[in-house]
Amino acid sequence: MIVNATTRLDAKIPAGPIADKWSNHKASIKLVNPANKRKYTVIVVGTGLAGGAAAASLGELGYNVLNFCIQDSPRRAHSVAAQGGINAAKNYQNDGDSVARLFYDTVKGGDYRAREANVHRLAELSVNIIDQCVASGVPFAREYGGTLANRSFGGAQVSRTFYARGQTGQQLLLGCYSSLMRQVDAGRVKLFARREMLDVVMIDGRARGIICRNLVTGEIERYAADAVCLATGGYSTVFFLSTNAVNCNATAAWRCYKKGALFANPCYTQIHPTCLPQSGESQSKLTLMSESLRNDGRVWVPKAKGDKRSPDQIPEAERDYFLERRYPAFGNLVPRDIASRAAKSICDDGGGVGPTGYSVYLDFSEAISRLGENVIRERYGNLFHMYHEITDENPYKVPMRIYPAPHYTMGGVWVDYNLMTTIPGLYALGEANFSDHGANRLGASALMQGLADGYFVIPATIGDYLAQNRPDGLTADHDAFRAAEKAVAEQVKQLLAINGDKTVRDFHWELGRILWDEVGMGRNAKGLTRAISDIRALKDDFWKRVKVGGAAEDLNKNLEYAGRVADFFELGELMAMDALQREESCGGHFREEHQNEEGEALRNDEDFCFVGAWEYKGPGQEPELHKEELVFENVHLAQRSYK
Amino acid sequence: MKFTIKIWRQEGPDVPGRFAEYPVTDVIPEMSFLEMLDLLNEQLLKRDIEPVAFDSDCREGICGMCGLVIEGMAHGPKTSCTTCELRMRNFPDGGTITVEPFRAHGFPILKDLCVDRSAFDRIIAAGGYISVNTGSAPDANAIPVPKTIAEKAMDSAACIGCGACVAACPNASAALFVSAKVSQLALLPQGEPEREARVLRMVETMDREGFGNCSNHAECEAACPKNISIENIARLRREFLKAAF
Repeated sequence: MIVNATTRLDAKIPAGPIADKWSNHKASIKLVNPANKRKYTVIVVGTGLAGGAAAASLGELGYNVLNFCIQDSPRRAHSVAAQGGINAAKNYQNDGDSVARLFYDTVKGGDYRAREANVHRLAELSVNIIDQCVASGVPFAREYGGTLANRSFGGAQVSRTFYARGQTGQQLLLGCYSSLMRQVDAGRVKLFARREMLDVVMIDGRARGIICRNLVTGEIERYAADAVCLATGGYSTVFFLSTNAVNCNATAAWRCYKKGALFANPCYTQIHPTCLPQSGESQSKLTLMSESLRNDGRVWVPKAKGDKRSPDQIPEAERDYFLERRYPAFGNLVPRDIASRAAKSICDDGGGVGPTGYSVYLDFSEAISRLGENVIRERYGNLFHMYHEITDENPYKVPMRIYPAPHYTMGGVWVDYNLMTTIPGLYALGEANFSDHGANRLGASALMQGLADGYFVIPATIGDYLAQNRPDGLTADHDAFRAAEKAVAEQVKQLLAINGDKTVRDFHWELGRILWDEVGMGRNAKGLTRAISDIRALKDDFWKRVKVGGAAEDLNKNLEYAGRVADFFELGELMAMDALQREESCGGHFREEHQNEEGEALRNDEDFCFVGAWEYKGPGQEPELHKEELVFENVHLAQRSYK
Repeated sequence: MKFTIKIWRQEGPDVPGRFAEYPVTDVIPEMSFLEMLDLLNEQLLKRDIEPVAFDSDCREGICGMCGLVIEGMAHGPKTSCTTCELRMRNFPDGGTITVEPFRAHGFPILKDLCVDRSAFDRIIAAGGYISVNTGSAPDANAIPVPKTIAEKAMDSAACIGCGACVAACPNASAALFVSAKVSQLALLPQGEPEREARVLRMVETMDREGFGNCSNHAECEAACPKNISIENIARLRREFLKAAF
């Protein structure tokens, strides 16, 4: 590993007081004249909350937008699966919320590893997001008087989460999808479904287009533009078993990394506490249930290890409500990293329940007797239904069993305040970037960030770049496009030619196992070093023994999968390297060497108050670590406490 | 558990398809139907048979990407359940399970079990939205919506766009899908300004895309994994008549 501490990554954070930075910045950056916008082509890759909102909003502004997604329809992007809600500092509940408080909670929740200016902007925009969503027809939950309802979420002591039953992500995405389809109808956005971005094309050091594989015909396609926005989501599927959709992947972002975009904080991954425990080795994915369940569900295990009695036979006095016991101020609503780690340490210690001993109870009996089954059904009906379908157990009668699972990645492509990566003209939005959540994301903040980036940030900041880089009539016939296309086609050919004896899934499963064991909820130097060499060996084996099957010029799901897993090896290795260099515990990154006597994370602000951004140096070369110092002028750095 | 899977194979849109029968072994009752197909594909690949192409993504019943006709029923024999949520414990061990794609004129087959549902996107593009540009929204609480109306709108908005309603309908009608969106936006005050134009254009597009007419079989409601009610179709008709005459 090369460490380059002298490189100054310029985050381009505007000067001035934090509350004025965004408005001042918007007022001072360059604009593109309304009549000239149609002369610019902007590529948006991804149609989730960030990508869909960006494509729709850029279309409304008059840009010529090309929008790509791997699914058969933009409405299926994985934002659709978010359940619990979206935060906004509306203070409709009159419970003391404000932009300042949402800002503070998010910085603290992220364990002081996020950029203050970005987080403040996010908190400011949160209020506009709710307005926008309601106006576009999102059926949020309401009170009898017709006003919007709120619920509480982890890491906050106010009720600021807006929700649409347990399907908030779906409803927000459909709102944003409908705005997108309106622009498709208007001819401002051209939609390319079932396309996978396999490379970014650079000309004169700037991002000028992408190479895609048409997932139906297998054809490799070229698209030119004046700027490219990546909104391709996170990389939790690197773990094989995660709560993400099975097609979620890091390929688009990874190919940009290999073209020079720095990749920041890859070790910051979020393991979500309320997921269904694994049932068998043939499982393809894990299922998450919203954190909002922790509003009314109480987490417990029997006090006596190995107590095999059914939960209803265990009297109150013999239960350990370990979150309430350890964190009386926040109780069951501590942030995700803390709740997950607490469950893991109980289970590692032999205190867990269920057939494998790797789960804990989430019990609603108290809430049901207090509020009645109907209220609980209204709040979480679809989640209870889903749990019932999967486990064949009725959670209205028997406590749920839950265990943490990989869910979200705070790390991602490094971006400056304008969301531009280190490649000029290449932007990263939503979960694909690293910017706003630090080392741990609070519940109901992912939807907020995706929509803030897509609806409000990129439409403002992209104009500044475009105004300075006038359209030049570039087409996808340029040599750079031909060369990139050729390289992509060759890799496809290579994957098919190996024709070995192990399937892509076998390899992915093994990689996931290494990462879950060594780069999961607890990490240490020895394990991380071992993970790096194991991943390298597995990757070599992959390129010798993988069996893909099918043809290049065809709909070939296994081929798509193979390309994604090939990138996961490299990303997994970088995650381990990043976790190894970060000699501290913060948020989702828990280094076992760095904890206090109570087992809580110990940060090292002296040496690690920076964003670790990695630069690709070529195949087989060690990547170079660049550091962006994090400066806290508004929030006092403190040991995070939820007691 | 083990099964014989009788499954539709079709190399491309314009070639005739056929059923193939494959054994699948080592299935466990907790497995989802798609995990069983993953396993089948792994076993096929090891026998040098090309895996069966099928679409899926979230695998938790919300994205609407999966959708198979299992034992003659869209999303299989269990009600209120998508294909990905269906568990193998619902099938008798050792049996044969027939798997087909969604079949409808509006959903051409791409390969094996993958179909093209882009007609649904074109229907939404024809008015399934509220025309409000980013940035021009009033304060969220400036538009009060009665709780009962919001709940009703949410019932309609729960549609995941999977197309099971079309696959289940003897006429391959898209009426339930279209009516769910029309209802959501007709119920909410935000949808009022474009109410008439919306229903007319969406219905016109639905017809043009080759979906059949609704003749009240209600198979769509039975197949819908999200329990979208045919009340929505009644509302669609009222909305259409009010707008057309």
